[in-house]
Amino acid sequence: MQMQQANGLINKAKGRPPRTAGSLREAIIRRLLGAAAACSLLFLALIVIFLCLEGLPAFQHLPISEFFLGMDWYPTSEPAEFGIFPLIAGSAVVTLLASALAIPLGVMTAVWLTEIAPSSLRRICKPFIELLAAIPSVVIGLFGMVVIAPILQNYFGADTGLNLLNAGLMLAFMSVPTICSVSEDSLYAVPPALREASLALGATRWQTTWRVVLPAAFSGIGTACMLGMSRSIGETMVVLMVAGGAGIIPISIFDPVRPMPAAIAAEIAEAPFQGEHYYVLFAIGIVLFAFTMLFNIIAQHITENNKRVAD
Amino acid sequence: MLKRLLFVCMFCLLGSGAFAQAAAAEEVIVSGSTTVLPVMQVAGEAFMAANPDVTLSISGGGSGNGIKALNEGLCAVAMSSRDIKESELAEGKANGINATRFAIAVDALLPIVNPENPIRDLSAQQLRDIYSGKISNWKELGGKDENIVVISRDTSSGTYETWAELIMKGEKIQARALLQTSNGAVSQIVSTNSKAIGYIGLGYLNDSIVALTMEGKVGNAETALNKSWPLSRELYVFTNGEPKDGVKKLIDYLLDPRKGQKAVLESGYVPISK
Repeated sequence: MQMQQANGLINKAKGRPPRTAGSLREAIIRRLLGAAAACSLLFLALIVIFLCLEGLPAFQHLPISEFFLGMDWYPTSEPAEFGIFPLIAGSAVVTLLASALAIPLGVMTAVWLTEIAPSSLRRICKPFIELLAAIPSVVIGLFGMVVIAPILQNYFGADTGLNLLNAGLMLAFMSVPTICSVSEDSLYAVPPALREASLALGATRWQTTWRVVLPAAFSGIGTACMLGMSRSIGETMVVLMVAGGAGIIPISIFDPVRPMPAAIAAEIAEAPFQGEHYYVLFAIGIVLFAFTMLFNIIAQHITENNKRVAD
Repeated sequence: MLKRLLFVCMFCLLGSGAFAQAAAAEEVIVSGSTTVLPVMQVAGEAFMAANPDVTLSISGGGSGNGIKALNEGLCAVAMSSRDIKESELAEGKANGINATRFAIAVDALLPIVNPENPIRDLSAQQLRDIYSGKISNWKELGGKDENIVVISRDTSSGTYETWAELIMKGEKIQARALLQTSNGAVSQIVSTNSKAIGYIGLGYLNDSIVALTMEGKVGNAETALNKSWPLSRELYVFTNGEPKDGVKKLIDYLLDPRKGQKAVLESGYVPISK
């Protein structure tokens, strides 16, 4: 009897329950779920293959160094110039600016929600912050174009309101809900015993939050920031509408920029099918994909590392 | 991309419909200039609805590619935003193809500024210097002491191509120019920024912006048609010899003031026959 039970347990541990009447159904469900999981992996693989098939031919005639370090983006002039350095610079500074604004704002909001706000207020505020994530990006773009741009022109003396600052603000606006929501979850998951112990030792509330709770939730907050950044770098509509679209390396925050997604979105429709310009746009897609993947890997790494520390 | 996808879907639908009606539907392949493409897209849809026996297959690719395809017998109608070159004509003759020209519309651009800007007239040379970056302050043109904010269209658009050809004449538009995806966006930006200059198709002029004159010449439909406006050019389609059957139907449709010429107006160009 005991032996049988033990065998059952071992089978369970291996993921193979003993065959009974319900086990066929279980097996089917397990296969279905497995297939669903395989599907998303398959899609990812297909997208990567497609990106490479359409993007790599760009390098038949174009040296890779010229592609990455070239300063001039004139895809349709004769001869065409495909230097994407200004586009990479545009994407990088826009993402950095947006993160510099959104990370403190998002994390501080999360701290306020978990550590300070009374739970009734928290219940009201959290859905609203998450609702912010539901605003379509085209609406945020329109807001930046019609409301923020004139303000930057009239009160800040910018030559054009469609610039780096405007794009950074709008992207920050979009990534705050992601950063706040994920950080809040991880702060909330910090065991109350930690706080209580800290307070019992005579630490103030601020010391507890800063020295105990935040470090304990570090991995979650790190993941939140990376997710927010990958959202910023991949966002297309907003930068297409408010970044200005000039392929230059920005020197001031009032300079217009042309981030990579904006260039792809603006030009792909008119680029001759499977011409050089078309291939180069897909190559930019590969670069963009590499950046987002990098952010995600870093996020994963932070989570893994901290889990090990916690264990 | 989306546009292209939509097109594929549209043609699949239309194609399958045509097969159901008559297996002998004639297919006319149209290819060439992206400047003429919007006209052909709008007119083509209505044309196919009116002529179920003819199916159009329309693609872009540029004027040069369109004429090349006509010369190689790969398309029946080539769209072009420029006249055919001698070399291209000869190349066609060698293949037994006799390219015949039909002007279907006039494309005219207007340089525009904000109503608050005192500047009202610029020369082609001044426009070129502004766009290439040689002139960067309105003061140099007799205006306020303000930086010039240059607005241009995306490098892939037909409007950009026209501007590059008629104004820039081989010089590059400066990298600082704000590249916008539509005539509407250019006009919106210029209407809200007193330092901005832009250019739009004649059909997109509205009250919130001011069209510049060029050395006293005013750009409008009339001056575009009589070719006195320097920023205008004719848009053509080329066929092999005198058009017949489906091709003739299409050309007649395009030139009909109540049909194809309406599509010309809708696309922001100047109709050639009234």
